[in-house]
Amino acid sequence: MGEVLRIGVDVGGTNTDAVLLRGREVLALHKSPTTADVGSGIVSAIDEVLRRGGVAPGAIAVVMIGTTHFTNAFVEARHLCRVGVLRLGAPATLAIRPLVDWPRLLKDAVYGHGVVGAGGFNYDGRPITPLDPAEIRRVAREFRERGIEAVAISSVFAPVNAGQEEEAARLVQEELPGVRVAVSSQIGRIGLIERENAAVMNAALLPMAERVVESFRRALGDLGVRAPFYVSQNDGTLLDPDTVARYPVLTFASGPTNSMRGAAFLSGLRDALVMDIGGTTTDVGALVNGFPRESAVAVDIGGVRTNFRMPDLLSIGLGGGSLVVVEDGRVRVGPRSVGYRITSEALVFGGTQLTATDVAVAAGYADIGDRDRVAGLDRRLVAAAVDEIHRLAEDALDRMKTNATDVPLVLVGGGSVLIDRDLKGASRVEIPASAGVANAIGAAIAQVSGAVDRVYSYDARGRDATLAEARDEAVRNAVAAGAAPASVGVTEVEELPLAYLPGGAVRVRVKAVGDLVLGSAA
Amino acid sequence: MKIGLEHVDDLARGAAILGTGGGGDPYIGSLMLRQAIEDGLTVELVDVDTLGDDDFAVPFAMMGAPTVIVEKIPNGDEMVAALRTTERYVGTAAKAVLCAEIGGLNALLPLVLAARCGLPVVDGDGMGRAFPQLQMITYNIFGVPASPMVMADEYSNTVLIESAAALEVERLGRSMVVAMGGSTNICLYPMRGRDARRSMVRGTLTLALGLGRAVREARRGGGDAIDGLLGYLRSTPYYQHCCVLFEGKAVDLLRETKSGWAMGRLVVEGVGGHAGRRCTVQFQNEHLVAHEGDRVLAIVPDLIAILDAATAEPITTEGLKYGQRVVVVGISAAPIMRSPEALAVFGPAAFGLPDPFVPLEQIHGTAVTRGT
Repeated sequence: MGEVLRIGVDVGGTNTDAVLLRGREVLALHKSPTTADVGSGIVSAIDEVLRRGGVAPGAIAVVMIGTTHFTNAFVEARHLCRVGVLRLGAPATLAIRPLVDWPRLLKDAVYGHGVVGAGGFNYDGRPITPLDPAEIRRVAREFRERGIEAVAISSVFAPVNAGQEEEAARLVQEELPGVRVAVSSQIGRIGLIERENAAVMNAALLPMAERVVESFRRALGDLGVRAPFYVSQNDGTLLDPDTVARYPVLTFASGPTNSMRGAAFLSGLRDALVMDIGGTTTDVGALVNGFPRESAVAVDIGGVRTNFRMPDLLSIGLGGGSLVVVEDGRVRVGPRSVGYRITSEALVFGGTQLTATDVAVAAGYADIGDRDRVAGLDRRLVAAAVDEIHRLAEDALDRMKTNATDVPLVLVGGGSVLIDRDLKGASRVEIPASAGVANAIGAAIAQVSGAVDRVYSYDARGRDATLAEARDEAVRNAVAAGAAPASVGVTEVEELPLAYLPGGAVRVRVKAVGDLVLGSAA
Repeated sequence: MKIGLEHVDDLARGAAILGTGGGGDPYIGSLMLRQAIEDGLTVELVDVDTLGDDDFAVPFAMMGAPTVIVEKIPNGDEMVAALRTTERYVGTAAKAVLCAEIGGLNALLPLVLAARCGLPVVDGDGMGRAFPQLQMITYNIFGVPASPMVMADEYSNTVLIESAAALEVERLGRSMVVAMGGSTNICLYPMRGRDARRSMVRGTLTLALGLGRAVREARRGGGDAIDGLLGYLRSTPYYQHCCVLFEGKAVDLLRETKSGWAMGRLVVEGVGGHAGRRCTVQFQNEHLVAHEGDRVLAIVPDLIAILDAATAEPITTEGLKYGQRVVVVGISAAPIMRSPEALAVFGPAAFGLPDPFVPLEQIHGTAVTRGT
């Protein structure tokens, strides 16, 4: 990674965290409330770490930004544009039209027009129907008449063959020069409706994504930072600004991913569970080979079902602000929480609510606020609440394991002070320094990736030669995306045989990851 | 009874629970039904006793790989084509559509077909749950011929199979599924009203709807969803015997695919009242038998559902994972599914299990009527 200076920023719903790193060393960190205007929040956060680190803006080699901005905008139906949906699959799929089960609010904000046209493939790559270019041009003109700003294109079994989607995108752009287009095969996987939904979400965010990327660019320029910037995506690797502007949904889960990647970096562990304890909730995820394990199931975002690759996370209602109550003689912690109001409502901060943080202070293992304010708490209540906090953590930990073997656990997040003893199921517990800004660190250390996802015939060249070819191509793609050739390694190989197909057809997915090449700072 | 948009999610949830681990995700079916209702089509549910003796009624289902069905979704016309071809071959117009399988996706699709044809759907099915093969159905037990079976693809290309043996229809049909792109729309076991009355597991669509509603209401009211589910089942005619067989954590999972079947077993380690004990659930697409040591807790055709302990959301055999907190629930099958003739077709021996069938209420005594 060299001794270059890099900045990581994580823009969450509540806080904007920034860190300044030199190589592996954390020079400065800063936490501030997120501003309505994201750009100015980033500017002030970066300004602050530069000041604390005593570093000039021109010395920075690269800036990495993680943001939940696009996720929040979608869920709240803010700044979305009207989308035309073109599905290729007729005569199949007509029994379910696009967006049929979207929540009213989002559908009203997004839906412009939808057409199911000729096209699509069978699972074995046989076309259902050939494309009809005249039909696609006609649909494109209908989109124009309805004032549509962006087009989402999906097709049946596009993960097996994306050719029709790409050809249709070309035709639409020919007919409507300058129109924004999102194709489903770039975003989701098997499951037509979920993948199409993801493409529509992406299309709806495109004008905003362009504005946000531009505001990041301007904000950095105003600061005098001339280094390139990148935005982190769901799998913990980087997107260049132009790609973010085209695929904003790829950033949807970058928050938890960055936090897990930061935990891996700070602890030096590549295979471990990570528990991120915040004010209201605790997220538990698994690191496999340094990257978050992916979820296999459909994910609802704002009530819309999707299937893009997201980290496999378990969220439970335990955090620093969790309320401690006695019900039927039993001590309960959470899921209700005072959340960000902890600094005024918790006992140690002069408030009247008994929270998990108060209990940790009363038990003597955390030093937050005024400990005298909890000195009079009943010892048995405190002991029972501490037990309950650890039981909840152990339970969550156990649910995320894939087998009964004990694994190392890395604790991050502001609420990690709640944990004071070894947890059952963890071979050891690590709480790294700077654990409170693990997410910004995760953004700062992110790498770049290249992928291949295609159907090959093993009968033609044999499995070994085919896999070697796919690996080489993934590595080349990573290098093209900006990775230093010597640092690139293959992190994932997945083979999915397509049954009943002569010719040994197998869908092969390969991902290669490497360190970003950085010029030395001027 | 008229089925409205407000019923769709409840019916899907109830059908998934009765899927006993298999039957396919009802999601695609619920979207198709939603669209049909939004388009102004009417879905009318009627009792089998409203059919005249000679009224012609035709069951509908989809057959094929779930991975294909979630991509190559039907258009609806091919469903109608399968029915029309059946009518033409038999020489009689259908008066109603029947459901073949209440567990999973196939619970909802007959409603979509019926709506498109302006026909009612008869409240009931041929399984009372889900089964992996099309001869495993009460219609077959009562001597209704499986054929003619008509299969239709997205172009409304149709193939008709005629054979005296239900097993042959299954075998030939499976190979045609491949030729049709991995999934297909089928009409089979066409029958007269008098045969529907004697061979059907009655009222199961209403039961699935009520089951889904009971779970939703228990969740919304903040009550225990599992209690809500058991309470509802005890008020029904077939599923009245039911109990929590085991509660615990999934600690071991073994899966293998054998000639297209998802076979395997799950080990659950007890918590609470079951602490220190272990339960094993064996499955072939659907759950077949639950054991504690050598003791059988419930066995096919009685239903075994594995539910999320907190939400009572059913977990499919593909969705099982280490660490899940689960409740294993046993539910009695309808009496017509427990006859010696029925057990010969879908009892333990039909799945190669060594244990004999013992009714759930005989194993658990009064536990099945009073709680856990």
